[in-house]
Amino acid sequence: MEEHQEAGKEIKPSSTLVDLQGDSSLQVEISDAVSERDKVKFTVQTKSCLPHFAQTEFSVVRQHEEFIWLHDAYVENEEYAGLIIPPAPPRPDFEASREKLQKLGEGDSSITREEFAKMKQELEAEYLAIFKKTVAMHEVFLQRLAAHPTLRRDHNFFVFLEYGQDLSVRGKNRKELLGGFLRNIVKSADEALITGMSGLKEVDDFFEHERTFLLEYHTRIRDACLRADRVMCSHKCLADDYIPISAALSSLGTQEVNQLKTSFLKLAELFERLRKLEGRVASDEDLKLSDMLRYYMRDSQAAKDLLYRRLRALADYENANKALDRARTRNREVQPAESHQQLCCQRFERLSDSAKQELMDFKSRRVSSFRKNLIELAELELKHAKASTLLLRNTLVALKGEP
Amino acid sequence: MAAEREPPPLGDGKPTDFEELEDGEDLFTSTVSTLESSPSSPEPASLPAEDISANSNGPKPAEVVLDDDREDLFAEATEEVSLDSPEREPILSSEPSPAITPVTPTALIAPRIESKSMSAPVIFDRSREEIEEEANGDIFDIEIGVSDPEKVGDGMNAYMAYRVTTKTSLSMFSKSEFSVKRRFSDFLGLHSKLASKYLHVGYIVPPAPEKSIVGMTKVKVGKEDSSSTEFVEKRRAALERYLQRTVKHPILLQDPDLRQFLESSELPRAVNTQALSGAGILRMVNKAADAVNKMTIKMNESDAWFEEKQQQFENLDQQLRKLHASVEALVCHRKELSANTAAFAKSAAMLGNSEDHTALSRALSQLAEVEEKIDQLHQEQAFADFYMFSELLSDYIRLIAAVKGVFDHRMKCWQKWEDAQITLLKKRETEAKMTVANKPDKIQQAKNEIREWEAKVQQGERDFEQISKTIRKEVGRFEKERVKDFKTVIIKYLESLVQTQQQLIKYWEAFLPEAKAIA
Repeated sequence: MEEHQEAGKEIKPSSTLVDLQGDSSLQVEISDAVSERDKVKFTVQTKSCLPHFAQTEFSVVRQHEEFIWLHDAYVENEEYAGLIIPPAPPRPDFEASREKLQKLGEGDSSITREEFAKMKQELEAEYLAIFKKTVAMHEVFLQRLAAHPTLRRDHNFFVFLEYGQDLSVRGKNRKELLGGFLRNIVKSADEALITGMSGLKEVDDFFEHERTFLLEYHTRIRDACLRADRVMCSHKCLADDYIPISAALSSLGTQEVNQLKTSFLKLAELFERLRKLEGRVASDEDLKLSDMLRYYMRDSQAAKDLLYRRLRALADYENANKALDRARTRNREVQPAESHQQLCCQRFERLSDSAKQELMDFKSRRVSSFRKNLIELAELELKHAKASTLLLRNTLVALKGEP
Repeated sequence: MAAEREPPPLGDGKPTDFEELEDGEDLFTSTVSTLESSPSSPEPASLPAEDISANSNGPKPAEVVLDDDREDLFAEATEEVSLDSPEREPILSSEPSPAITPVTPTALIAPRIESKSMSAPVIFDRSREEIEEEANGDIFDIEIGVSDPEKVGDGMNAYMAYRVTTKTSLSMFSKSEFSVKRRFSDFLGLHSKLASKYLHVGYIVPPAPEKSIVGMTKVKVGKEDSSSTEFVEKRRAALERYLQRTVKHPILLQDPDLRQFLESSELPRAVNTQALSGAGILRMVNKAADAVNKMTIKMNESDAWFEEKQQQFENLDQQLRKLHASVEALVCHRKELSANTAAFAKSAAMLGNSEDHTALSRALSQLAEVEEKIDQLHQEQAFADFYMFSELLSDYIRLIAAVKGVFDHRMKCWQKWEDAQITLLKKRETEAKMTVANKPDKIQQAKNEIREWEAKVQQGERDFEQISKTIRKEVGRFEKERVKDFKTVIIKYLESLVQTQQQLIKYWEAFLPEAKAIA
C-alpha cells in the first residue's frame, strides 16, 4: 500500500487517488510540465533497471494525444481483454480559467487596485491548480500501467516511455474520431448485453452480482461527482465574495473617525484571512472528494468495459456452440466449428478468470482509496475549522476589548 | 413653507386653539387649562419653556414626561388626546414669544407664561438632565418586540397584523407590559407623523421599513411558500428594529403619537400611507421638488462642521452601499452552497447504498449524514449573514438618508431666513419711497410690514440657530448609537460564524472514526 514516490518530493495529487502496489523495477513520473497556449507538454521520466531499456534513467516529452493513443492501443489489444484498462486522463482544459482571467483583464473600473490584485491572484491560483491536476491525472495513468504486472510489459508502453521522437499520433484525428464513433455503436450493443436485454444468460453468480453492482454504482458515483463539483464551486464563490467585502470594510475603516475605525479594519483583515481558509476548504474538497469520485467514476467505467468484453466473449462462445450444434446436425464443417468453439470457450474462460481478479483488485483499490481520502478530507476540514475558530475568536477578543 | 413653521399639533381639541395663539393673549388660556402641572416643581415645569426656546415651538411634546404625582391631573386630559386626525401639519407659532431665548431650567419662574404653546395635555414635564441620563441608558428602560405575524382577511384586502409588545418601567406608560396589534400601514403612519413633526427641526427620525408591493401581494394571494414566509419574517424583524430605534431616541420617546401607537388598542387607519393615494402622490411630487430645490440652494456655510459632516455622511453612504451589495452576494452564494451540499448529501447516500463493501458503505452513509447537517448549518449561517449583517447595512443606508434630509432641512431653514431678510430690505425700501412720496397711510402700512418682517427675520435666525444646534446634538447622538449598533451586531455576527465553525468541528470529529473504520 505504499506509494513509490521519491522521498522528499511533494505528495502529488495522484498519490491520493490510487495506492500503487508496484515494485520499484519500473518507476514512472511526470517530472515537469509546460503549458503553451493550447498545448501542455509533459516530461515523462522513467527510472528502471529492467533489461529491456537502454538506460536506467531517461525522459521524453509527450502531449495529451499521445497518452490517448497509448490508452487506445491497450483497449484494442485482445491480450488485455480480460483486464481493467486504467482510464485515460481527461484532456487538459484551461478554457474556463482563461476566460475568467481575460474578463478580469478587460477590467471593471469599480474595483480597487487591491481587489483586482487579489482576484487576479485567485484566478492564477485556480489556473495553477487545474494545471497541477491535469499533470496528476496523466501521471497516475502511467503509474497504474507501470504497476500492473501484465500491462507494464506492453511494447507500446515501452515505446511511449522511451522513444525520443514524436509518436506522430496527432495525424490520426479523423481516424480517431471515426474510431470513437464506431466504439460508441459497439458500446450501445454492449449496454444491451450488460443490462441483460439481449437475453444472454449469466452463468456465474460473482459476475452477475458485479454486473448489477457496477451498473448502479457507476451511475451513482457519476451523480455524486457532479454534485461534489457544484459544492466545490459554491464554496469557491463564497471565498471569492470575501474579497469585495474585505475591501469595502477596509475603505470604511480608513474613512471612519471614531471607534469603528479599528473595528472595521480588524474585520477587513479577518475576512481576508477567512477567504484564504475558505479557499483551502474548497480546494481540499476538490482534491479529496471531487477528484476521487471522478477518478473512480472513470475506473468503474473501465470495469464496466471489462464486463462488456467478457459478455461479448460469452456471446461469442454461445454463438460458437450454436454453430457447432448446427454443423453437427448438418454434419458439415464440424471440425472448424469445433475448433472455433474451443477457442471461444478458452477465451471466455481466460477472460473470466482474469476479470475476476481484476474486479477484486478494483474493489480493494477503491476501498483503500476512499478510506485514505475520506480520512484526509475529515482531517483537513477539522484543521481548517479549527483555524477559522481561532481566527474568529481572536478577532472577537480584540473587538470586545476595545472601548 | 408656512407649514414648516408650525409646531407639532397637540391634540384634537387643540388645533383651533393654535390658530388663536397668534394673538398672544389666548395663548395662556389653553395652556392654563391643560398644563396645570407647573406649580409642583419649577424644574419640570420649566421644561416647556425651555423647549419653546430651544426648539422654536418645534417638537415640544418631546422632553416632557409626566411625574407619578401628576398622573392623575392629566388622566382626564389624556383622554382628549385621541389622535384621530390624519397627517397633521405641525403648527408653528409665528409670533415671537417673550421668553424665547435659550434658558436654563432654573431661570424660569413663571412656567405658565412661558409654556404658552406647550399646551398638549399629554406633554409631560421632565428635566433635560433626566432625559440625557435616560439616553445614556441609566434609567432608560423600554423593550419593544414585534411578533406573531397573523394574516387577517382574504384576497387583495388581506393584510398581516403584527403584535407589538412593550415592556417598560418608564412611568409615562400606564402599564409595565402591554401589547397591541398593528398592521404595516400603522407603522408607516407613525413614521409619517413623527417625520412631519420632527424632521424639519433637525431631529433624525428613523425611517420605516420599505413597502413592497410584490412581497405583500404574494402574501395576500395566500402563497404559503418559503419565500412569502421569509418575506414576512424579514418585515417583522425590520419593524422590530424600526421601533427599537425610534424609542431609543429620547425626544421621540416622548411623542404622544408614539405612545398611542404602542399603547392604544384601536388605531385609526393611516390611509395616507398608501403608495398611490393622493397623499402618496403629493409626497412624491414634494420629494421631486425638494430635490430640485436642493440643487439651487447655495448656502453660505459659515460653519465648517456642517460641511465636514455632510461630506462624511456622503462617503459613509457610498461605502455602506458597496459593502451591502457584496454582503448580499455572500448571502446568495451561501444559500447556493447550502442547496448544493444538500444535493450532494443525497447522492452520497445513494452511493453508500450501492457500495457493496460494508464498511465503506457505512462510511459513505455517515458522510451523507454529515453533509446534510452541514447543509443546515450553511442555511442558518446564511440567515445570520442576512439578518445581522445585511439588514444592519441596509438600515443604516436608510438612516443616513434621513440624516441627509435633516441637513437639507437646515438649508431650507437658512433659505427662509435669507428670504425674510431680502423681503425686509424691500419693505424698508418701500417705506422710504412712501416717505418721499408723502403718503401717510401707506407709510404706516409699510412700517407695520417692516415690524412684521423684522420679527420674521429674527425668528428665521433663531430657527436656523436652533436647527443647527439640534443637528449638532443629533449627529453626536446618532454617531454614538451607530458605533454601539455596529459593534454589537458585528460581535453577534462573528459569534454566529464561530458557532458554525464549532459545529463543523463537531460533525467532522464524529465522522473521522467512521472513515478510519473502513477496513
